[in-house]
This record gives sequence, structure tokens and C-alpha cells, in this order.
Amino acid sequence: MSEYALLATVQPERRSTLYWLISDSWIMTKRSVLHIIRSMDQVLSLIVFPIMFMLLNRYVLGGAIDTGDVSYANYLFAGILVQTLAFGANYTTINLAVDMKEGIVDRFRSLPMSGSALVIGHIIADLVRNILSGIVIILAGFAVGFRPNASLVDWVYVVALSLLFTLAISWLSAILGLVVKSLEAAQWVGFVLIMPLTFVSSAFVPTHTMPRLLRAFAENQPVTHTINAVRAWLIGTPLGDSAWLSVAWSLGLIVISVPITTWLFRRHTAE
Amino acid sequence: MDPTPQYAAQHAIEVRNLQKSFKDVDVLKGIDFNVKRGSIFALLGPNGAGKTTTIRILSTLLPPDGGAARINGYDVVDDPCGVRSSIGLTGQFAAVDQYLTGEENLLMLGRLYRLSNADARRRTQELLEQFDLVDAARRPVRTYSGGMKRRLDLAMSLIAAPPIIFLDEPTTGLDPRSRLSMWALIKDLAKSGATILLTTQYMEEADQLADWITVIDEGRIIAEGDANSLKARVGAEHVDLTIAPTSDFMRAQQAVDGHQLQAVVEQRVLTIAASNGATTLKHILQRLEDAQIEIESVNMRRPTLDDVFLFLTGNGSNGNAKGNHHE
Repeated sequence: MSEYALLATVQPERRSTLYWLISDSWIMTKRSVLHIIRSMDQVLSLIVFPIMFMLLNRYVLGGAIDTGDVSYANYLFAGILVQTLAFGANYTTINLAVDMKEGIVDRFRSLPMSGSALVIGHIIADLVRNILSGIVIILAGFAVGFRPNASLVDWVYVVALSLLFTLAISWLSAILGLVVKSLEAAQWVGFVLIMPLTFVSSAFVPTHTMPRLLRAFAENQPVTHTINAVRAWLIGTPLGDSAWLSVAWSLGLIVISVPITTWLFRRHTAE
Repeated sequence: MDPTPQYAAQHAIEVRNLQKSFKDVDVLKGIDFNVKRGSIFALLGPNGAGKTTTIRILSTLLPPDGGAARINGYDVVDDPCGVRSSIGLTGQFAAVDQYLTGEENLLMLGRLYRLSNADARRRTQELLEQFDLVDAARRPVRTYSGGMKRRLDLAMSLIAAPPIIFLDEPTTGLDPRSRLSMWALIKDLAKSGATILLTTQYMEEADQLADWITVIDEGRIIAEGDANSLKARVGAEHVDLTIAPTSDFMRAQQAVDGHQLQAVVEQRVLTIAASNGATTLKHILQRLEDAQIEIESVNMRRPTLDDVFLFLTGNGSNGNAKGNHHE
């Protein structure tokens, strides 16, 4: 240690604010993605949950649900896909809550780095997680009898809408991650948000079978719009306005959530 | 962007009338201090004294309610970015990423401190060697021991070689061996020219490390000085006399009347203030011999910082500042 040159001649690089925002977000994204790969429970949930939901719905409930001309495997696929995306995007809540709790946020905030990079990193990691989940679901879907008649362009629409939907739920989840006071709360608060949204939707059963109030909710919420759009592109059910409504909902959620998240992040970490 | 010269030349840290309240509780009631460049400055105080709040304000994590602070010439409110480029912060709990390896943690921090890739790599290698973490460099941090995590934590705050380092209770919760190695690292850091502000509730730690100690309690500074001058405030050297069981303790007490600071009857220990050092001691021993009182042992010692601390925080009453070492 005697020759330790603490005041070594390391000079910080000088670049634009935008460069650093991108660079810092990239660093934080790599970190969050490493978290997915290195944490066994995240890998398991990525693989096990979609397959489990697919099998349970397809074989336990599937026989009792009438989806008209469409086979239940074909009907179910879009529902399971969007449900899994919603739960995957909700990881931002837990991951942010963990960071807040472990004090590493203080470290990041004492650095000359961009303030939003941490949240952005978690949110992009959710995209990565959902792409992997999506692949698992597609494979599982084919295994249980899902037979889409989609063109390549349809698939591109599906992927694009899925990513936008993921982003929207992730930003919303970031708000929850910054608001919750404990890790336990982070676990259930997301569940309480996502579970009703995906169940009271067109994910597993046609909405016209629901009681009037539930049906009104189910037919006018973003998860249903997203599911209906994905389903229309994949198996040719009527598209209607669902694609536009889904895009509008997602963009709306993002436009509202980003400033709230930024504000909460500043406030929360300043306590 | 350049620091104002007079600060840069003299003080690495300047704190003026710093105030902070949380809800109705005044955590900092106006504290002032300066930290000389290249020195180790200890903020000593019990839990809840306001140490961590001070560090959080100085490292821009928390806005002050009143007063001002400059770090390396940058104002913590007006120029947080300047402050953040000048400091390394090691908090009370190791702020390391559990899932990344030690090496990845360091590289990540280097890049976030705006070092070039090459510099970040070079500094990472240097620090892994200096902090004895080479063997563990490629293991996830969650497999590290507490001491290793703390070392990595400190290494991370040094990656960009900041001129000023904040250490919030750097050895709290460490075993004695890890504590010693942390102390050695901190001393080396200071030798290499860094300015260090550390908080501690261990008097021994402040005594060992600090050039200047500021004692805070309930959000106010109650004393400051180097370790010696603080000890001098409690007064003279202390002598602990253990009276042999064969002699009467009460009579011994009468014999040293006027010099006695404290008597612990159960342990038959009399503590006296030897205001004139050995001369007083000789005088006392003479009196006891005249009274035919046998003494088992004599122990002369300088007051410890514990004595000072208890004396200053009023937890030991005046003239009885010895504190309770017989736990």
C-alpha cells in the first residue's frame, strides 16, 4: 500500500449529458440482466410460470370453456402471453425495492451518474426477461396445440405491441417499487395489481360470459385490448380497435408514469 | 467548475451552521467545522447524534434545511455534480451488488464515475491487489465474508481516486481482525494524500485514526480537538488503587480524602486524580502506608476517550468522569 497512488492520474471523461444518460443506462441494464441470469428464482420464474399457466389453463379449465369456432389452445395463447408479460414487467417493483433497501441506491446517488439510469436499467432488463419468457411461451404453446395462421408482418406487430406493453407495465411497476415500504409489500402489491387485470380480461374466457359490471371493466382495460390485438394478429379473430386502444393505453401509462417515477426516485432517495 | 482557490488550498470540507430536521425532530442544530486537506477527521458520537445525517448531507444525498457546506470547493446544494466527482462514499452497510463479482462491481463503479474503459480496468486491478481481493475477484459478492464486503465497498469508493472520502462507521459490525485491517487501510489512504471524514461511535477508533476529533451529541458539537487535547479536558492522569482485602476499605477512602474521584466498593478500587503525576501518587501512597493500609495493585493511566466521551455527554457526572469500566 505504500506506493498506493490514491490521487492517481485518472481523469474522468468529458462527454455530453445525453451520452452519459445512455452510457449509464447501458451499465445499469447490464447489471440488471446479470441479476436475471445469476439469480435462480428469476430464471425459474421465467421458465416455470408460463409453462405452468399454459398447462393448467389448457388442460384443467380448457375443456369447460367454450371459445366458439376457435380451439382453446389457440384462444388461450394470447392470454397466457400477455399475462406472463405483465408479471415479467412487474419485476421492476421488486428489483427497485431491493435496491432501495440494500443501500446501493445511496451509492449510485453519490456518484456523478444520471439519476434515471437505475430505473431505466431495470426496465430494459424487464424487456429482456419478457423476450426470453415470450420464447418459452411460444414453444409451450406449440406443444399444447397452438396453431397460428399469422404472417411475418403479424408476428412483427405482436412483438412490437408486446414490448410496448411491457414498457408500460414496467414504468407503472417502478412507481410501486418506489412507494412500497418493504420487500414483502413489493411482492404482493404487484400481484394484487396484475392478477385482477389479467383475470378480469379476455385472457382465459370470452368476456361476454361475465356479469355486466365485470364485463364492462374487462372490455375496457388495457390488458384485454392487448390480448385481443395479439389474438387477432395470430389467429385471425376480429381486430377491431384493440390494437390502437392498446397502444394508446401503453403510451398513456408511460407518459404518466415516467415523470411520477422520476419525481418519486428523487424524493424517496432524499429521505 | 474549478474550486475556489482559498477552499482548495486550505480546507477540503467546510461546514457552516448546518441544520436538518425530520418532521419535528431537529437532528442537526447548527454544526460548524472545517476539515484540513490530507487529514483524517472523526465525527464521534453516540447513535442518533446526527453523524449519518451529516455525511448524507455532505455527500448530496440529503438537502440541508439551513447552513451551507462546501466539498472540495463545491457547494453541496448548488453544485452536487462537482461534489459527487470529488468524493467517495462508504456507508454503514456495504453498498455492493450481491449478484455481481467483485471485479464487476469495481468496473461498474469506475464507468459510473466517468472513467474510460482502460482506466476503469487498470484501477480495478490495482484495487483488487491493494485490498487483497484478487482471489475472490471473479466470485459473486454474496459469497464474500462481511470483512471482504467492507473492503470491496471501500475499494469501490476509491475507484476514481477521489480526493475526499466519507466513511460512515467503517468498522461497525466487523470482527476485531477485520477492524484492524480496515484501520490499516484508512491510515494508508490518508498517507497517500486523501482527506478522510469518518464517523464512529468507537472512541478507540477515533483515537487510533483521527488527526482531529469532533464530538457531537444530539445534533450539536460538544467538543473538538485532537485526541490528546480532548483527554486533557477530563483532567489529570488517573490512578486506580486496589485495596487489599486485609485492610479496611472505608479507612482507605478516608486516607486519600480530597483526591478521590471514584470508589468501587465491591472491587475495592479507588480511583484518584493524580494532578501532579508521580508526586501526587507518592504522596497518596505515603498516606496509605501511614494508615497501615495494604495495597494490592496500582495502575496509573491516562484518561481514555471513553472517559472524555462520558464526561462530555454528561453520562458520567462531573468529577466522576471515569465511567464504568467494571462492566
